[in-house]
Amino acid sequence: MDSKQTPITMDTFLAQVWRDNPVFVMALGMCPVLAVTSSATNGLAMGIASTFVLIGSNLLVSMLRKLIPKQVRIATYIVIIATFVTMVDYILQAMAPAIYAALGAFIQLIVVNCIILGRAEAYASKNGVLASVVNGAGTGAGFTLALLLLGGVREILGAGTLFGIDLFGPHFQPWLVMILPPGGFFALGAWLLLFSWLKQRKTRRAELKGEPLHAG
Amino acid sequence: MSAPHTSTLSATPQTPSFRLIAVLGTVAMLSGLLIVLVYQWTLPTITEQKRLALERAVQAVIPGASSIETLVLEGGQLHPDSANVNGLHVYLGYDQAGTLQGIAAEGSGQGYADLVKILYGYDPACQCISGFKVVASRETPGFGDKLDRDPKFLANFQALDVQLDAEQQALANEVVTVKHGTKSKPWQIDAISGATVSSRAVGRAINDSASKLLPVLTPRLSEFAKRSP
Repeated sequence: MDSKQTPITMDTFLAQVWRDNPVFVMALGMCPVLAVTSSATNGLAMGIASTFVLIGSNLLVSMLRKLIPKQVRIATYIVIIATFVTMVDYILQAMAPAIYAALGAFIQLIVVNCIILGRAEAYASKNGVLASVVNGAGTGAGFTLALLLLGGVREILGAGTLFGIDLFGPHFQPWLVMILPPGGFFALGAWLLLFSWLKQRKTRRAELKGEPLHAG
Repeated sequence: MSAPHTSTLSATPQTPSFRLIAVLGTVAMLSGLLIVLVYQWTLPTITEQKRLALERAVQAVIPGASSIETLVLEGGQLHPDSANVNGLHVYLGYDQAGTLQGIAAEGSGQGYADLVKILYGYDPACQCISGFKVVASRETPGFGDKLDRDPKFLANFQALDVQLDAEQQALANEVVTVKHGTKSKPWQIDAISGATVSSRAVGRAINDSASKLLPVLTPRLSEFAKRSP
């Protein structure tokens, strides 16, 4: 990331959703990605909860970035992130107890999600408040998209449903392994394969046209 | 905090310790304030949600119950519910005329990940379990979390036999969970295939709780049968 102020463009948001997708491109936050994506609903709820924490922590870190001495920055970021996670925890308990019960300890574990600390350290501590919020929202959207894609595939194959709605009728024999832990690895592997294939294809096309490659 | 010999590390002047403490302290205080605000704001809703969930669970296992009376089983005796008695909670469900519709009780058994806490309904007329509902579980999403939704598994609890033996001191037959597809007796529970451990937790929860509760409850049933509406 640039350390100087960059203007806020669509790219501040979209880069995190697609080109630098936290899960499919950067392979971050694998623990919740594999653990909670046994259904699309769980994935979506986890994504939204993480997005809230991302936006909140990016906002606060960016606001305080000139005050925080670098020796204690990590400790400060963790305190800020933990605050927003605790808030999400209470809000989910109050508004969606069923989802809270389904996600279990993984809500509290958002504290140690490296995507969030990564955004605080690599972006919010060096950029303006608005840019950080947009960037956090983009990262959250990218993370939610990834969880939703994984959870969707696993739920369709492993339970024959999507968002709890039966897709194939009573005679479908669910592919049970897909909602077990190994299924998480299978689905993630397949998505990573697709994303690196797309990236390779893009690079090859750029080479053929003789265009300069995208930095990074 | 900052060590005294860091001057060689960088050319920038060292941040004094009090500043580090002040920043961390301020951020921690701000965090505390935010958390307290959200806690205060959500607490009434969370309490209400928990009460509603309990009420729904009781009504799910005692169909037709419109009002609930809570008792606590402790030290082999049933006490009226109060804050200083800790034990197994028992809920008597009455209809609008004040006739006992059924009894719900708590139970818990070790599941795959943690204790599975359930609420089961007991029907004194048939001396059987008439249904159950999971109150809290951390079982694997997609597997052990479908205990009270799987129709085949729920069929076990339409009339699960928990008759007392001749002395009225213990269950005539222990409630056991058997492997999927091998149920042959009315006191057996046919496990969900793929969630045997979680299914066993339900069986053990019912067995442990019913074997403690029913010998105490049965002699007093006539006392509870009716209450003024």
